[in-house]
Amino acid sequence: MVESVLDVLSRVPDPEIPVVSVVDLGIVREVRDDAVVITPTYSGCPATLAIEAGIRAALDASGHGDMKIETVLSPPWTTDWISEEGRAKLHAYGIAPPSRSQVVCPRCASTDTEEISRFGSTPCKALHRCRACGEPFDLFKCH
Amino acid sequence: MASLFDHAIRLGDDALILGQRLSEWAGHAPMLEIDLALSNIGLDLIGQATHFLKLAGEEEGKGRDADALAFRRDVLDFRNCLLVEQPNGDFAQTIARQFLFSNWQELLMTEIAAAPAPALSAIGAKAVKEVAYHARYASEWVVRLGDGTEESRARMVAGLDSMWRFVDELFDPADGAASLRPAWDARIADTLHAASLDVPKPRRAVTGGRRGHHSEHLGHLLTEMQFLQRAYPGVTW
Repeated sequence: MVESVLDVLSRVPDPEIPVVSVVDLGIVREVRDDAVVITPTYSGCPATLAIEAGIRAALDASGHGDMKIETVLSPPWTTDWISEEGRAKLHAYGIAPPSRSQVVCPRCASTDTEEISRFGSTPCKALHRCRACGEPFDLFKCH
Repeated sequence: MASLFDHAIRLGDDALILGQRLSEWAGHAPMLEIDLALSNIGLDLIGQATHFLKLAGEEEGKGRDADALAFRRDVLDFRNCLLVEQPNGDFAQTIARQFLFSNWQELLMTEIAAAPAPALSAIGAKAVKEVAYHARYASEWVVRLGDGTEESRARMVAGLDSMWRFVDELFDPADGAASLRPAWDARIADTLHAASLDVPKPRRAVTGGRRGHHSEHLGHLLTEMQFLQRAYPGVTW
């Protein structure tokens, strides 16, 4: 039961970065027999409502209409919860995955990169530029 | 000691009103990056406000949710500090307000994250990660403007000057925030020193926001923020 629900959820895309799922991002914290427990990324992320609606629709469509969705704030979401698979998908999509050491250009893999702005197109991203290939790119911020 | 409801309302109103103020910059900031940054900071604050006001509504137990508290209260019922309702002014004035507020909010959220009330501490623990970015952003701009051209320096000094009389209210002993003052003073002095600016001289404090005594500015802000719910009560997307 829990496995089949997780399988359903692993196909629910993040509305802002549809290449990764809500499971990849660590938004799904727990699947119980009667409920899916989720946590918001940033307090003000506008995708939060869309994520809940996406999960609701996926549960309903897969015969899990009785399952509730619970939201918890604690412990606070961290990018450490993004799965290895999620990180690989972000990189392939052109978004540098969060890194506590080197930021790697998702286009040419150079580490010669610089920050343009710590605030980007969504709360979770910062704008960077690669000095090697010259391309600007998004970095998923460590959080 | 303030009740959990009072506490959550204050924190929620601070974040809501400053978030609304910052949203006024969207499309008007001096550079695209600044536009994005101020919008993102505003978004974080409005998200925090949603959590705090939801908690306040649950604590009150009269069926008011975050939207009801944000959109269906009038000026006298708001408990935000006067600092956050001050008009944006020029970019330096906005940065001065953000600098003073975010440094205070980061200390406050750190304290709340460790507080005994679990519902409050969960919001604080989430917020502190976001606010650390805001404080760093505003502090960097204070240095850039203060240590920049004659013009940018003069504007930064004027911005700090215009906001300084609202600082004391942040540390009102009635809110239990007085203990944060030494750490805040040290942070502010460090950044101003790096910006080669002087710490503004103490001046007569203007207070009253926590009791609902607001400046005229708040009413105008609410007029715009609450327009839709006033014109079409209960409307949803």
